[in-house]
Amino acid sequence: MQLYDMPDARGHFGQFGGTFVAETLVEALEELRVMYEKYRHDPEFLAEFAYDLKHFVGRPSPIYHAKRLSDKVGGAQIYLKREDLNHTGAHKINNTIGQALLAKRMGKPRVIAETGAGQHGVATATIAARLGLECVVYMGSEDVKRQAPNVFRMKLLGATVVPVESGSKTLKDALNEAMRDWVTNVHNTFYIIGTVAGPHPYPMMVRDFQAVIGVEAKVQMMEMANRQPDAVVACVGGGSNAMGIFYPYIDVPNVRLIGVEAAGHGIETGMHAAPLTANSPVGVLHGNRTYLMQDADGQIIETHSVSAGLDYPGVGPEHAWLKDIKRAEYVAITDDEAMAAFHNLCRTEGIIPALESSHALAYAEKLAKTMRKDQIVLVNLSGRGDKDINTVAKLANITL
Amino acid sequence: MSRIQSTFTTLKQQGKTALIPYITAGDPHPKHTVNLMHTMVKNGADMIELGVPFSDPMADGPVIQRASERALVHKVGLTAVLNMVKEFRQTDQKTPIILMGYANPIEAIGATVFADRAKAADVDGVITVDYPPEECGDFVKELQARDIDPVFLLSPTTEPKRVDLIVSQASGFVYYVSLKGVTGAANLNIEEVSQRVASIREQTKLPVGVGFGIRDAATAMATAAIADAVVVGSRMVQTIEASNDDNLLHNVATLMTELKTAVDAAKK
Ligand SMILES: Cc1ncc(COP(=O)(O)O)c(C=O)c1O
Repeated sequence: MQLYDMPDARGHFGQFGGTFVAETLVEALEELRVMYEKYRHDPEFLAEFAYDLKHFVGRPSPIYHAKRLSDKVGGAQIYLKREDLNHTGAHKINNTIGQALLAKRMGKPRVIAETGAGQHGVATATIAARLGLECVVYMGSEDVKRQAPNVFRMKLLGATVVPVESGSKTLKDALNEAMRDWVTNVHNTFYIIGTVAGPHPYPMMVRDFQAVIGVEAKVQMMEMANRQPDAVVACVGGGSNAMGIFYPYIDVPNVRLIGVEAAGHGIETGMHAAPLTANSPVGVLHGNRTYLMQDADGQIIETHSVSAGLDYPGVGPEHAWLKDIKRAEYVAITDDEAMAAFHNLCRTEGIIPALESSHALAYAEKLAKTMRKDQIVLVNLSGRGDKDINTVAKLANITL
Repeated sequence: MSRIQSTFTTLKQQGKTALIPYITAGDPHPKHTVNLMHTMVKNGADMIELGVPFSDPMADGPVIQRASERALVHKVGLTAVLNMVKEFRQTDQKTPIILMGYANPIEAIGATVFADRAKAADVDGVITVDYPPEECGDFVKELQARDIDPVFLLSPTTEPKRVDLIVSQASGFVYYVSLKGVTGAANLNIEEVSQRVASIREQTKLPVGVGFGIRDAATAMATAAIADAVVVGSRMVQTIEASNDDNLLHNVATLMTELKTAVDAAKK
């Protein structure tokens, strides 16, 4: 069997990925590519990464058999990979530690990041504090409002949070602004991208740092159930938590990989953030070629999702590839369906999930219903919902 | 010979440096763009760089970002921009027009269709900010097959080996970005630029344009002494932004005259 081996040396996943950046950034990316190649298999680097994942993040994150939820849904057994139990409350910290350790080795005293929900910003601020690096986080001004608790956490951790007022004032604009900072300050600055997007080597590097999720899950599933799951389900914004759990399973036969995008008010309304499910055209944004939500003029269009972390018009290039080669399937869940799954998990299992992860849960419930009781659906519970309580309260008309 | 090449040849014979103003098409309003282009030519523009508005102008600073946003309010996209060039060409068949923009609007219609339409509109050159040569081989071929010049950027961080690669793909001229950062930043170091331009000239016979950070007569004059073309962007856009419907053409004409005088006065 031909083993999966992507991307190519220049970061292409078939027609997707690549390095579509202004000349001013080419040299910086080349430096990063060379450094990452040097360290990605370096035993000392990997040992330091593993040490921090264990002692600072609390890995391995457990897998939990959600029995009451499975019974209530009535179908396959639902297991949860508990990334919500990580330090800072989401999978994002895995990647920020990897990149920050690289920044340190490259002698860059300043790190910058973009953030949507604020989880990646908090994770970056956290590791920056721990390593004594200066930290600046760009965040769309809409998201600053939606995710106030995370803004405060970043500030407590010593980061500067810069609200971005351009464009749609959300995640994509924060990414633009971070790129602009990076071109201006490349000599002393490392840009920690929070998902499997951006120019090469980011999609590959972020995937590699997040792959610990799937590597652990493969071992844990054998311990708990003596078999691998029938389906692995994860939400997809840019797609880092999904790539992290999918990647080690790509070569495992008979495991369905299902990415869940945000259908917002419904794909048919146009107010969503689901480029793969909506069959959006191929385009170029943020340094790579991928499926992109855009109008006939090639302008990127505004997205909608109740969860800030999924509110992105593109998707990591490797997901575009996995869709095309049919190794992964992509579906979408509406705001309302995600909210229902959110409340369901709170009440039946005593776990408050992130709104992003609630999209994966909602689809897992639908899927499990169609399966036998002896089958298994593994959900990547990418984060906890503490950051979302204001959004949820507002939707339910509750004053905190 | 392309229109860009023959313009450079003529200027060289006269011992002159080209002045290339940049404006974003559709800014401040689509009704002004063609008039602005003619006004710039009348007051000293040797070529025009016409920005194609994009929703996510990652390489641009706040000034040109706002220009894009003003144009996008009126839905000015690639098709509208090409129509403006067509209209301009009805009375000016001489001045080279270089489109400057991002890859996605081109990808949306496809490289071949774009090249056909650009040719039909009589466009002379295309700068695609986020198409480095490694990623756009087919696109370059489509342009060159139609005698449209693909113009590439060189930056202060571009290694000599890459300069070789880039100039092997480019035609018309190469565009040296005179500072690290986005458009509109203000730390042009003329000494450094001069050294880099000299070393680029050792690697190519193509004319070398310099832009990013040229904001007044003084910087324009200093740059004109070492470059084959001086590109002025953010300063043009700032002047447009600060004008109203009544004084727009007058203010742009005044700025152009100032810049032209400075560029012509430069000692080569
Ligand atoms: C908890 C959680 N899950 C998922 C995401 C989406 O990102 P990705 O698709 O890269 O995993 C985010 C982003 O902020 C998040 O905070």
